[in-house]
Amino acid sequence: MSEVKDTRKVTIKAFRFNAETDYLPYTKQYEMEVGKDELILDLMNRIKWEHDGSFSYRRSCRHGICGACAIKVNGKSVLACKQNAIELLDLFDNDITLEPSSKKRAVKDMIIDKTDFWEKHAAVKPYIVADIDPRPETESKQSIAQFNALLDADLCIQCGACHYACPALEVNDAFLGPAALAAAYRFTADTRDEATEDRLQITFESGSGVWDCVKCFECAEACPKDVNPIEKIGKLHNMQFEHGVAVSNVATRHAEGFLRGMKKTGYLDEADIVTYSEGYLGMYKHLGTALKMMKSGKIHWHSGIPFINSIPKIKNLEEVQKLIEISQTNKL
Amino acid sequence: MSEQLHYALFTGCTAKQSTPELLSSTLAVADKLGIKITILEEASCCGASHIQDFDEFLAHVLNARNICYAEKLGLTMITICNTCQLNSAMTKHALDTDPELKARVNEKLAEVGLEYKGTSEIKHFLYTLIDEYGLENVKDKVEVPLSHLNIAPFYGCHNIRPSELHEDANGHENPYKPTSLDSLIDALEGNPVNYESKNKCCGFHVELQANHTSEVLAGNALLDAIDNNADMMVTPCPLCHLKMDTYQDSIGKVMGRDVELPVLHMPQMVALALGCTEKEIGLNFHVQKAKHLYTAS
Repeated sequence: MSEVKDTRKVTIKAFRFNAETDYLPYTKQYEMEVGKDELILDLMNRIKWEHDGSFSYRRSCRHGICGACAIKVNGKSVLACKQNAIELLDLFDNDITLEPSSKKRAVKDMIIDKTDFWEKHAAVKPYIVADIDPRPETESKQSIAQFNALLDADLCIQCGACHYACPALEVNDAFLGPAALAAAYRFTADTRDEATEDRLQITFESGSGVWDCVKCFECAEACPKDVNPIEKIGKLHNMQFEHGVAVSNVATRHAEGFLRGMKKTGYLDEADIVTYSEGYLGMYKHLGTALKMMKSGKIHWHSGIPFINSIPKIKNLEEVQKLIEISQTNKL
Repeated sequence: MSEQLHYALFTGCTAKQSTPELLSSTLAVADKLGIKITILEEASCCGASHIQDFDEFLAHVLNARNICYAEKLGLTMITICNTCQLNSAMTKHALDTDPELKARVNEKLAEVGLEYKGTSEIKHFLYTLIDEYGLENVKDKVEVPLSHLNIAPFYGCHNIRPSELHEDANGHENPYKPTSLDSLIDALEGNPVNYESKNKCCGFHVELQANHTSEVLAGNALLDAIDNNADMMVTPCPLCHLKMDTYQDSIGKVMGRDVELPVLHMPQMVALALGCTEKEIGLNFHVQKAKHLYTAS
């Protein structure tokens, strides 16, 4: 009987860069036999121990708790100590490159400067704000329901995987990003906390807050602890309306304005949502696009008048009208 | 195929308004392939994640109502928009896994004589073509091979992420290395363009409130496709289409480069290869000129 081969000979590529001595980053290749149970962290250890002692990366706990070893492999965020290597070799046809979470923040090889991550994390007050008696007579108990309300937000290990997978952050430096926003939710949802309005206000700010999330779900995919940051961002959106923090602006009118069209036709009214969200003064920005859309027939003309009576109605529209009337829980 | 495939089509809002070419090409493709389609004329907007931001419970009630109509027909509900797919599937998942929420939603639906049961699957048309109709069968029907076209597949976030939600409906597509659109292009004998941005975000959802972010994300993807020699881009999502087709002038200004690339809906590309009519394919509805892609006569 032939022996079952448990290892695979591959060439692992790694991003190399030392900010103190190198002008430019480069890629180095390392040949090794990879076993079926080896983790990406094992591969990094072997590069350091068997090939090049100068190869640098962060590591500590080795069981998915400290959050130090988050890197990217072919653009996919992974926690090196949780990610099986063969799984990734299979996915990427045995061609994998180890990269830091954010190349532009690389200090040495896999090690990045996470200053922006920590600054943003700190900005949402990621702690319970409360007047706590320093010598309590009784415990400050939380019920199971109260704990469950935090959802999975408490599991965050601040590894930065979601933060550096977020495309909105890449374009918009001001954006707080998924990790900070998930932390904001975690403490806002805690019944012992007294900074609800404050934190909802911080996360409402246009440019930095939840309304700048592009809804790509990269964060949900990147998180090694299933925190699902975008779900928490959604909860913050809802809470901003519930607590009256959401004031009328282009973003909130855009969310609430969907119902205007739905009450009339069952569909979103694509022209009305832009007019209503932007306000008539803000519409001038869209005139050029609107003209192009009319020319191509994307905005329909009905009896020579654009925007009017051009939307069909759904069947049984009265059901939607009734359901909105009896199910709506928030107001703008 | 022994039995004719029959689906309940959830059109979404854009196919009924700004992208009529999406609906006409979908129906033309289904007709050519012998797939029976019943349009859910009762279905309303899915909320597009924006009603969800405003009022999550209301969004679940409205989406559950849409699904009820597919359940009444005993059919799989198919979508032709990634965001419709995501929001319908999120409601289905929430209701199927949370009996208390399902009961609260059904209490509302009872007021209009409906009940959500959870009996219908929800699948994007792209994946029914691949998993249920079969790419080999699509290949057999090709009349106008697309071998003269370099086609950049743009997957759109909401069909591939979050992967755990979609894996049963999208053939376990890996969001870091999606292959479905590439293999569809292959089946139509087109040349799939390999480029890094194929699984990235187009920025549509923040078009109004974070315009710069939106334009740069769309610009990065369009220019990546152009730099990799694409003749056209194809997407299963009409929202990606709207962002990337309609705004190329303003995107070009933000990016400091000319951006000119036709962006087709997935069914339009299939319709081109199956020899559907020019009217059905509807390339005239594009802002970025695309009519030259229709070569059959």
